[in-house]
Amino acid sequence: MAYGYGGAELLSDISLKLSPGSFHFLTGPSGSGKTTFLKLCYGALTATSGEVRLFGQDVRTMNRDDHALTRRRIGVVHQDCQFLDHLPIADNIMLPLNVSGRDDLEDVANLKELMGWVGLGKRGDAYPPTLSGGERQRAALARAVIMSPDVVLADEPTGNVDWEMSQRLLQLLIELNRMGKTIMIATHDMNLIRAAKNNVQARVLRIANRKLQLAGADL
Amino acid sequence: MSKVVDHLKGVFSGDAQADRVVPPSGFTARLTSFAAATMAFLTVFALALSMASGRLAMKWGDELTHSSTLRISAPAGQMADQTAAALRLLETTPGVATARALTSDEQRALLEPWFGPDLPIDALPVPQLIEIQETDEGYDAAGLRLRLQAEVPGAVLDDHTRWRKPLQQAAGRLRMLGWVSILLIGATTATMITLAANAALAANAQVISVLRLVGARDDYIAQAFVRRFTLRALAGAAIGTAAGLIAVMILPAAQEKGGFLTGLGFQGMGWFWPLLIPPLAAIVAFFATRAAARRALSELT
Ligand SMILES: Nc1ncnc2c1ncn2[C@@H]1O[C@H](COP(=O)(O)OP(=O)(O)O)[C@@H](O)[C@H]1O
Ligand SMILES: [Mg+2]
Repeated sequence: MAYGYGGAELLSDISLKLSPGSFHFLTGPSGSGKTTFLKLCYGALTATSGEVRLFGQDVRTMNRDDHALTRRRIGVVHQDCQFLDHLPIADNIMLPLNVSGRDDLEDVANLKELMGWVGLGKRGDAYPPTLSGGERQRAALARAVIMSPDVVLADEPTGNVDWEMSQRLLQLLIELNRMGKTIMIATHDMNLIRAAKNNVQARVLRIANRKLQLAGADL
Repeated sequence: MSKVVDHLKGVFSGDAQADRVVPPSGFTARLTSFAAATMAFLTVFALALSMASGRLAMKWGDELTHSSTLRISAPAGQMADQTAAALRLLETTPGVATARALTSDEQRALLEPWFGPDLPIDALPVPQLIEIQETDEGYDAAGLRLRLQAEVPGAVLDDHTRWRKPLQQAAGRLRMLGWVSILLIGATTATMITLAANAALAANAQVISVLRLVGARDDYIAQAFVRRFTLRALAGAAIGTAAGLIAVMILPAAQEKGGFLTGLGFQGMGWFWPLLIPPLAAIVAFFATRAAARRALSELT
């Protein structure tokens, strides 16, 4: 599979299969294409050549509703997380449940626990524009996992949070992984990767020279 | 079609949560309601015009199609004879239901508006009028004229077609004009709502991308906008219709011999039609917004 934004190819000869329940880190210098790669993984971009399959279905054959349904199975944390600014953060975190018509009481209980875990327990009524960068990232992570999706893709989820909080967020993702979810985290925070490696069997993918390589055990 | 019905139901039963995902956008919202109100107001008048001219056309048609007048001008001495001859002739004419000579009192009443009440009509060379009621089939006017020429030389048949046709035509055109106006108003409403919906969709690009990201289907997103605009159009049109009806009601009431203008209004079952304006406006808004939302959404990645 390959991808380019019109000009030269940004990613070439990529071949990868994320097996269910795996835990991956994605690293590489800024501008190397980590975000682009994640977008290919959830179907926001279509490969310029080659084939991408999501849950066995070729992205090229998916219609808009197929994409919507796929996104309910893939929780995404964007680098620049966006929210519905006119709704309180708790409603924003619940949004994936609402749009898929699933907002029962059990989920409301989950919401409380989840918000507590990401340190937003007391911020539920705040509006997104009043949150700090770190709070937004935590809220975005909570929103990505509230549906208990099969796959979580997180793009620099710990970019704006302190070390302690990044450990908490990592812990949350590790817990989800233990429940069988597939996790992929794009980051260039080597300390985070090292910390994770003590707790989970994580593989590290590195983008270099337009290629995706499996980094050795040298970390 | 059942899908459309489902959507329509969704619009009214509603999903409060789905509704909230679109921010309350003040300005385009008020524009939509205002446009719907104005258009509904105008529709009430166009409807009143159509119905009044429809009634008029029917009235003229009814009254005039089945009646005509025979006018007999003859020297005083021959008047009675010629009248009797004409009546005999008319009685044997196929297509004539009744023929009746107007009495001098009736003739005086007809002339009264011009000559005053004390006209000595018997002393004047006023023609004798015979009122003819036709059967539904009508008679052959040309044939009757020929026979009259032979037997009652002083008789002139006026079957009213000369001035009935253009009047009836005018009333019919007026009615059509009213309906065309209503169609144009409907199309304009659709246009304005489409523009407002497009503006709202463009202004909410971020909302739409967030909704797509968390797995909302296009129908869900479209529904949120459609519901908004449909309800606004409904409310606006209801206000506009009410205002229009009040305006029509306080027009001077139609008088017995009133002309066209004083007859502008609704009668009987006619009051039912304007009540269809708000739901129709809502339906127009529903389809206009749905088309706009689908188009906007399908252009996104
Ligand atoms: N929408 C876009 N159109 C054109 N070029 C883009 C677009 N998005 C990203 N790029 C370019 O692609 C390269 C990789 O970007 P990105 O995937 O965001 O890298 P990373 O996340 O690793 O920093 C960058 O050079 C960036 O300028
Ligand atoms: Mg990036």
